[in-house]
Amino acid sequence: MSGTVITGSSASGHSPAPPGRRLKPRSVAIWGLVAVVGAVCWTVLALARGETVSALWVLFAALCSYAIAYRFYARFITFRVLRVDDRRATPAERLDNGVDFDVTDRRVLFGHHFAAIAGAGPLVGPVLAAQMGYLPGTIWIVVGVIFAGAVQDLTVLFFSMRRNGKSLGQMVREEIGVVGGVAALIAVFAIMIIILAVLALIVVNALAESPWGVFSIALTIPIALFMGVYLRRLRPGRVLEATGIGVALLLLAIVGGGWIEDTGLGDALTLSREWLVLALVVYGFVASVLPVWLLLTPRDYLSTFMKIGVIALLAVSLVIARPVLQAEAVTDFAREGTGPVFAGSLFPFVFITIACGALSGFHALIASGTTPKMVAKESQVRLIGYGGMLMESFVAISALIAACVIDQGLYFAMNSPAGATGGTAESAATWLGGLGFDTTAQTLAGAAAAVQEDTLISRTGGAPTLAVGISQIFSDAFGGGGQAFWYHFAIMFEALFILTAVDAGTRVGRFMLQDTIGNVWKKFGDLSWRPGTIIASAVVVGLWGSVLYIGVTDPLGGVNQLFPLFGIANQLLAAIALTLVTVLLIKHGRLRYAWVSGIPLAWDLVVTMTASYQKVFSSDPRVGYFEQRQVYADARDAGEVLAPATDRSEMDQVVFNSTLNGVLQALFAVLVLVVVVNAVVVIARAIRAGQLPTTEEPPTPSRLVEPAGFWPTPEEKEALAEHQRLVGAGAGRSEAEEK
Amino acid sequence: MTAAVVRAWQGVRWYLREFTGEARWDRYLEHCAQHGHEPMTRREFERRRADALEANPISRCC
Repeated sequence: MSGTVITGSSASGHSPAPPGRRLKPRSVAIWGLVAVVGAVCWTVLALARGETVSALWVLFAALCSYAIAYRFYARFITFRVLRVDDRRATPAERLDNGVDFDVTDRRVLFGHHFAAIAGAGPLVGPVLAAQMGYLPGTIWIVVGVIFAGAVQDLTVLFFSMRRNGKSLGQMVREEIGVVGGVAALIAVFAIMIIILAVLALIVVNALAESPWGVFSIALTIPIALFMGVYLRRLRPGRVLEATGIGVALLLLAIVGGGWIEDTGLGDALTLSREWLVLALVVYGFVASVLPVWLLLTPRDYLSTFMKIGVIALLAVSLVIARPVLQAEAVTDFAREGTGPVFAGSLFPFVFITIACGALSGFHALIASGTTPKMVAKESQVRLIGYGGMLMESFVAISALIAACVIDQGLYFAMNSPAGATGGTAESAATWLGGLGFDTTAQTLAGAAAAVQEDTLISRTGGAPTLAVGISQIFSDAFGGGGQAFWYHFAIMFEALFILTAVDAGTRVGRFMLQDTIGNVWKKFGDLSWRPGTIIASAVVVGLWGSVLYIGVTDPLGGVNQLFPLFGIANQLLAAIALTLVTVLLIKHGRLRYAWVSGIPLAWDLVVTMTASYQKVFSSDPRVGYFEQRQVYADARDAGEVLAPATDRSEMDQVVFNSTLNGVLQALFAVLVLVVVVNAVVVIARAIRAGQLPTTEEPPTPSRLVEPAGFWPTPEEKEALAEHQRLVGAGAGRSEAEEK
Repeated sequence: MTAAVVRAWQGVRWYLREFTGEARWDRYLEHCAQHGHEPMTRREFERRRADALEANPISRCC
């Protein structure tokens, strides 16, 4: 039956069934136990009201759910829906060039992929969403990742792998159409600019008026330069050595920040938000034009090791410290939509605020392109794509817990814009009293003193809140106080990898721009042409820099205004990715499984379109950008000044910003709708025809033998040994390790 | 017990060397020995590897 099918063996029905279909009694017992533990945890979370709830219930509810989803649902998708076929050679095996196409051990690639997808997003979103209580966030992070986020990552990785690692934009153009492709390209670029600006905004908010933070972060640049030179000139290739030295220097830089804080140097490093914007823009530009070995690569080693280290440490200390949740399960803000952290009701805004960790469209850019070119065996996409995203979701759950275990008065004082809190401990305490919190000015001031910051009031953006939560958990778990050290340690860790995302993102944006313009002006597409590099870098940095500046100076609070735009943009990208996957499933003749990506797509479209509609058309000025514009413009024209603006120029600013945000919001939504409409046309044709040809590469027999999961099964060990005997030594790379 | 610790340590070392790409040098030497090539210096090898990253930026997500 397979000979005439154009789409290759994936549609031809001879792919192997999942191994070991019947569960052994032992497996039944183990998985039954996991299910029971998970169910108990969820029940406790659902029923507990008004009593103290340990954070471990949240943690274990999530872990049990992940385990079951990975074991059953991910396996179903991998083998039944996608029909991975280990007899086919992957692009890494076929096109191996040791550079981008490179057969990589699955466990190593899992690490690379996780380091690439997980950044500040899963740490920040859940912190902001905590204003609705711990329950909505927990449910969305867990359910969202299982049925949407991890599904997207897995399926995009698979389809890109079957197409030699083509990028998302390329696949949309070739599989959906030119119109959709162009819309997707513009959307990807615009969304990237917004994401970079919001990430940079978080760093600015964390470092403003904090000499300790500025000192340690600034030192990461010379440390990275030193590592770069070390690896290039002194001891080429000794990455572990250089990273060891780098991490040691980094810790020293954090400790050193405490020493300089009250000195003249400390005063010099007490920078305003505007100065920090300038510093970041200059840094982003320089990092984008410098050779990567000097700054980008060594920084990336540092931030990756810090990231994995801190996440592991956080997981361990949560279990040791067993903190109690201070937040309510569901707050009044969730019901009324009047929260000070971000405006809008639970639906759709919890699902927008928590993007990374539940469903993040940005991952589709990494799951297509870099990672698929390194996969050794098709069946490993389950571990790398689905498993990697589960890990990120776990990070998001940990961040949510960290935000929910601190004093909730402090939480709101930190995360509400200065226009609301008044900016001082006294005014914030009064304002909190109005919300029904009995947190005193002394408590607020004491919390700031404990982490050696001048103030924690209106330190929005999520990073400082997370740092307070982490410092509390770490000093509880390990004893010995040290809250100030742990706070700055956490700030450093977040800032470090946000900056890595910013400089890597600027570079990627620069390449996209050079590539796109290169289509009409050939010279510009030449990556080695200096003027092109400089112009493209300047354009990208200029774009995110201006959005960043707008956010930083926004009288209504940049995070409050821009974070919804960021979340919606990210989820709209996910809509493009899920649309592509759905089209491909149907084109491959797998209509009966199209629900696997179709249901999350439908949900994502409902959420993003509702949110976009509200942000554009809502008559509540806190939610709708254009209504906000109208209210402020009318007041301005009548010669009035509306709080939190304090003068006429701030009124102008609000009017300008809300117009810009509204236009961007509408543009993103329209671009995505263009892709979706184009896709519907293709789907209709595919359904009529039964299936349509795609750009999938024809199958080539594989000669590699590699296990699918993290740990090889007994059968896989046997197959490896057999392969070793037949081919002799030198055939595999990691087999020796597997014994 | 000691054997287990040694094995765990070796596993961690193997992972880190693979993760950072340090192990590529060993593989390159192995490859050269197998095919009878004269290997380039480590400096030259690492320089080429670093420069290859220039056109393949590592994407980092939010």
